[in-house]
This record gives sequence, C-alpha cells and structure tokens, in this order.
Amino acid sequence: MSGRMGGLGPRARLTALAVVLLVAFVSAGGYVWRARQDVTAARTTATGAPTRDDLAVVRDVPHLVFRNTALGADYGRVAMVPLSAPSGPRAVTDAACERVYATRDEAICLSADRGLLTTYRARLLGADWSARRDLPLVGTPSRARLSPDGSLVATTTFVFGDSYANPGQFSTRTVISRTAGEVVGDVERFALVVDGAVVTAVDKNLWGVTFADDDRFYATAASGGKTWLVEGSLAARRMTALREDAECPSLSPDRTRIAFKKHGDLPPGRWRLAVYDLATGTETLLAETRSVDDQVEWLDDTRIVYALPRGGAGTATSDIWSSPADGRGAPELLVSDAWSPAVVR
Amino acid sequence: MYVTLRDRPDDAGTSRARIAVRRVSGTVVLLGTVSLLTDVSSEMVASILPLYLTAVVGLSPVAYGFLDGMYQGVSALVRIAGGYVGDRGQRPKWVAVTGYATSALSRLAMLPAAGFAAITAVVTADRLGKGLRTAPRDALIAAASQPDVLGRAFGVHRALDTLGAAIGPLVAFALLAAVPGSYDSIFVVSFAFAVAGVAVLVLLVPDLPTAAGAARATLREVFSEVAGRDLRRPLLAAALLGLLTIGDGFLYLLLQERDDFTARYFPLLYVGTNVAYLALAVPMGLLADRVGRARVLVAGHLALLGGYLLAALPSSGVGGTLAVLLLLGTFYAATDGVLAALVSRLVTARARGSGIAAAQTTVALARFAASVLFGLLWSIQGPRPALLLFAALLAVAVPIAAWLLRGIDRPTPATLSGARPSGVPA
Repeated sequence: MSGRMGGLGPRARLTALAVVLLVAFVSAGGYVWRARQDVTAARTTATGAPTRDDLAVVRDVPHLVFRNTALGADYGRVAMVPLSAPSGPRAVTDAACERVYATRDEAICLSADRGLLTTYRARLLGADWSARRDLPLVGTPSRARLSPDGSLVATTTFVFGDSYANPGQFSTRTVISRTAGEVVGDVERFALVVDGAVVTAVDKNLWGVTFADDDRFYATAASGGKTWLVEGSLAARRMTALREDAECPSLSPDRTRIAFKKHGDLPPGRWRLAVYDLATGTETLLAETRSVDDQVEWLDDTRIVYALPRGGAGTATSDIWSSPADGRGAPELLVSDAWSPAVVR
Repeated sequence: MYVTLRDRPDDAGTSRARIAVRRVSGTVVLLGTVSLLTDVSSEMVASILPLYLTAVVGLSPVAYGFLDGMYQGVSALVRIAGGYVGDRGQRPKWVAVTGYATSALSRLAMLPAAGFAAITAVVTADRLGKGLRTAPRDALIAAASQPDVLGRAFGVHRALDTLGAAIGPLVAFALLAAVPGSYDSIFVVSFAFAVAGVAVLVLLVPDLPTAAGAARATLREVFSEVAGRDLRRPLLAAALLGLLTIGDGFLYLLLQERDDFTARYFPLLYVGTNVAYLALAVPMGLLADRVGRARVLVAGHLALLGGYLLAALPSSGVGGTLAVLLLLGTFYAATDGVLAALVSRLVTARARGSGIAAAQTTVALARFAASVLFGLLWSIQGPRPALLLFAALLAVAVPIAAWLLRGIDRPTPATLSGARPSGVPA
C-alpha cells in the first residue's frame, strides 16, 4: 500500500503527521495565548476612550447613548456623551449590551448570555441603568426601538428555523410590547397590505420598527425578494406599504420624514441612505456613499447618525457618523469607537 | 448557536458502537476521524457565525438571509461533479483532499474578511469544498469495506462525523469564554483542526483506486450506469420520499409555536435531533446490514411520518417535543449513511462516486422542492393542515417506495465486482 502513499514509509508518514499536528496546534495555541495576553493588556493598560464620572450630569442634558467599542475595561458597556460635546469624554454605565436604544427614562438592551448554548435577552433598563424587566426574546438580536414617550418597545431578532429548511430564506421575529409589560404581538401576524392586496406569503418578514406615537409605527416588510416601507397601526393590527425598496426606517423628530436604507441597484449586501418625505413622497439620497447597514437615528431635524464598522485591523470596532438629512454636505465622524446610537433630547 | 443538521452534542459511544468500530476497516475509522476533525472545524465557525455577523459585522436581516441561503444551498450541485471527477481519475482520495483543503483555506480567509462580499465568498468556498468531497469520500468508504458490513461502516463514519460536529461549538464557546470577543482566535483554531483533518487524510488514508486496473470510465459509461436499470428504481424511490421530506426546520417552527419553553431554547431542538442521530447511526447501520438497507431506509421514513403526526398535534408538552426529536434522529440515522451504503452496492466500482452523488443530489433536490411546496401550502392552508396533507401523502409513498425497492438488497453482479477487501492503512 505504501506505493500509493507517495513513496513515504509508514513511520515517515506518522512522523510527518505528528509534525503537522504539532505545528498546527502549537501555532493556534500561541495565537490564542497572545490574543488573551492582548485582551488582558488592553483591559489593564488601554485607556480606551477618555471617560468622565458625572453620569447624572450627562443624563440631564440632551445626550447620545451608545455601545462603547473602545478597547479596554469598558468595552461593550453602554456609554453617553452630551450632544454639545460628542467627541469629548464619555460617561460609562454598568450595563453591557450588544444593541441599545434609550429615551429619557428608559433603555432597551439586547445582550447575549454566551455559553454552551448562547441565549439572548432583551431587558428594559431604568433611569439608573439597572434591569427593570425581561422581555420575551427568541433568536439573535438585530434591532431595538422605544416609542418617543417610552411606552412601547420593539425588538427584531433572527429566527433560524426556516432558513435551514428553505435555502435562501430566513425569518425575523419583530415583537412589540408595552414597557409596562403587556405583549402587543408579533407584527408578522398583522395584516400586510401591498397595493391593496393582503400579502399572505410564507416568506413574509418584518423588521426595524420606528414608532410615531403610541399606536402608529413604521417598519420594513419583505416578501419574494422585495422590501417595502410600511405604516402600521397597533389597534387595527394592520400595515400598509407606502413605497418599495426601503429598510430599517427611522422617523424624524418632527415626524415629517423617514430616513432609511435602500438597496437600489447596488451589489448584494450594500445599501445607500435616503430620506423620504411623507407629505410629498419625494426621496433624497444622502451624501453618505459608503454602505450603511444600520437603523439610522435622527440627531435633530436636520442631521442623522448611524454606526459604521471600521475597516482594517480589529473587526470589532465601529464609529458613529453623522450626515445632513437634506443630501447636502458630507458625513462627519461624531463619536469614535461607538455603536448603536440613540439620541435623547 | 448556528443551526444546522450538524449541531450534534456529545454522547457516549455505546459498547455496541465500540464493537462495531472494531469490525469496520481502519480506513473507514480514519475517514471518520478526518470528518470528525473537519466538523469540529466547521461547526466551530458555524456556531458563532450568527453572533459574529449580526453583533460584530452588523449585518441586517436581508444580508444575513442571503448568506444563510448561500451556506445551505451551494454544495448540492458540485456534488455530482466531485463524484464524477473521483471516478474518472480513479483517485477519489485526491478529489476529497481538494474538497477538504478548500474548506480549510476558507477558514483562514475569515480572518481579514470583514465585508459582506468577502464573507459570502468565504462561505461559498467552504460549501463548495463540502460538495466536492462528500461523494468521493463515500466512494472510499465503500471501496474499503466488505459489502456485508457497508451499513455498519457508514454508520461508524456518520457517528464520528456527528461527534465532531458536537465538539465544535463546545470548543468555540470555550474559546470565546477564555478570550472574550476574539473571533480571530476561533477562526485560527478552526483552521488548525481543518489542517489536522487534511493531514490525516493525506498521510494516513490509503489512496484506494475504486476500480484497479480498469480503463478510465468515460462520461458516457458513468452516465449509462447512473441512469441505468439498477439505479433507476432506487433513485425514483429516493426522489419520491425526498419530495415528501419537508426538512426539520419547519417541524421546529411548529414546535416552537406550541409553547414558550421550546421557543426560548430553539437551538436545542437541533441538538436533540443530533443526540438521537449520534446514538442511532451505528445501530441503524448494523440493522441495515442484517435486515436489508432498503427496509431500514423505508422504515426510517415511517419515523419521519410519526414525527409529522406528533408535531401536528395542538400541544403535547415537552415529552411530545422530545419524541419528535427522537423520531427525527431515527429518520436521519436510518437514511443518511444507509442510502450511501445501498447505492454503493448497486453500481460498479468505476461509477461508485457518481452513483452515490446522484442519489444524494436527487434527495437534496427533492427535499428542496418539498420545502418550497410545503412553504406554499403553509401559507395557503396554515401549518397544521399542510403537515397533515404531507403526512397522508408520505403514508401512501412509503409502500410505493418499498415496492420500488423490492429485492434490491439481493447480491447482484455489480455488487460482486464492486467488492474489495478492507483497505488497511499502513
């Protein structure tokens, strides 16, 4: 049989195997060891981003809440900066979240309990950033929003069931609850009307809720490879498509416009930011030309903010950028080493 | 946890399994070891991929869905090519090596691949590798085994494969616990396991020619054999049964809608099925060798039918859910390796890889069609009526398949010429 083994004898082959295994596992072990050293070093020596201790002071002025992604002891924690000094020192809370959204009195925090079986939780946090209530959550968290008055909360997660059974398909679950505790429901079960007809397709998916008031909301609906911006009513349990090709909507503070990401004719997995005027139906492409895959947030009625992963070394870093909502100007870096922005006015 | 059929947790091998391992060829155990190492590698990445893609890379639902489809769909079509190339060159081992190596390299490419397009390319490369290697590897298992223990050989291979898939997520999450946020470490260690798998394959697995001394099979010869009389009825039966196999994802969706407990621990449903698969792969292989592979294959679909009926009940508590998972595990144990064992005896050695690939691709395409049909029916009729209709059709199809497969386990001239003594690695 050795003739078929490239001329090496059994002993030579076993030796070669031992060498390969040794090199592979020692190198991999070394890499992990070094990564661990780096993390420890970063934890103890990295200054991360400059921080400030006056959490309550920041909380009392208009501020930006976000996930801190600066390497160091505070990585993954929720942090805040005053809108008047976004690039200055950040106040860091004790809450650790993958995604966060906040109003003045409340925050929704999606986090992962990593373990043998990684489970995810959605928690409402109070003004002191301690957990007030767990919300039902199934799957991997993706988007989270609170209504302007803090009475409603929406979370979007990926559920994997269909995707395995049905190549090319995936499923999201978007649940709206009252922050007082009552579950309003999975919006996927609401009636979806596109061009006057009710969509019943099995591949129907909904995600990225933005609330107008305590009944009306906007979201993304998808079916058969198309996406729509939909307007929904919780009381009527019904959603109507307003326009095609719009994902992850975000309503402006004056409730006249919706910022969203559109796919257009870009390559798969790339999006362009745009703003849709609800009164006129006109669409304005924004100055940001990089692909943004995030639910944007409004800084005020003239500017939007969003997170962008930073290319190059360290895939886990990201920054928060801002762009004018009228399509003019240029994107500006607002907060570095940050993710998942929420503006509290 | 990323969910695939291969999320199988650890389970102690039974003493029966150990006895069975001793009686199968060393080459089969080595190929099982290669699959074990490779599955540790791929499941490490698969289990953290959703977290990585959504929490670190930040992909949105559409992007993630596209990628997930890519992950599941690519391999079915390259499988036939892999089977044929393995047969044509009569060196299936090196086709398998190419497939394993492609997947291994794709792990390393995850390191710099932060963008969506790059990740898609990496995931595609991994699936291409899987498609390429499966049929030639199964042809090697067949070539290294005595015909009367083929079921056992495939059972041992699938059990080792499943064990690797069970270990993978454990390694990944242990690493994440040791070095929080270091996805790089996971990709590097995953690559090391993949390299180990390729090294065992290259250095220890003998390059068994599937048809020693014979002239190279031409495309026409292979085609005439794959489309020939011996394979026609089994392929038809496999297609018929596959058309009524809706995929466990749909059953899990029904189960999770029944109660909140199941919904919260959704990923555990796949784990439960895999525990059953791991425990039953070898016993089902032994049973197939004793009572006939066609019988076990057909009976496996009765387990699937039982799973349909139980899942269609309004609610049956945790016990009912566990019973569905056990039935699904039984179904996979009675069909996955058994089909390869059945088919490998029906074609000559020169067309073995192509024959196995043809059967596996037939099943994959039929199941894909079943999922699409079932999805449509689900939206029109609702999940329960749709499932009951599929159950009724499956109840009709099982006896038809049994009739199509009648007498197929009898030794045929093709089987005899395909027999080969056990390959013993030096």
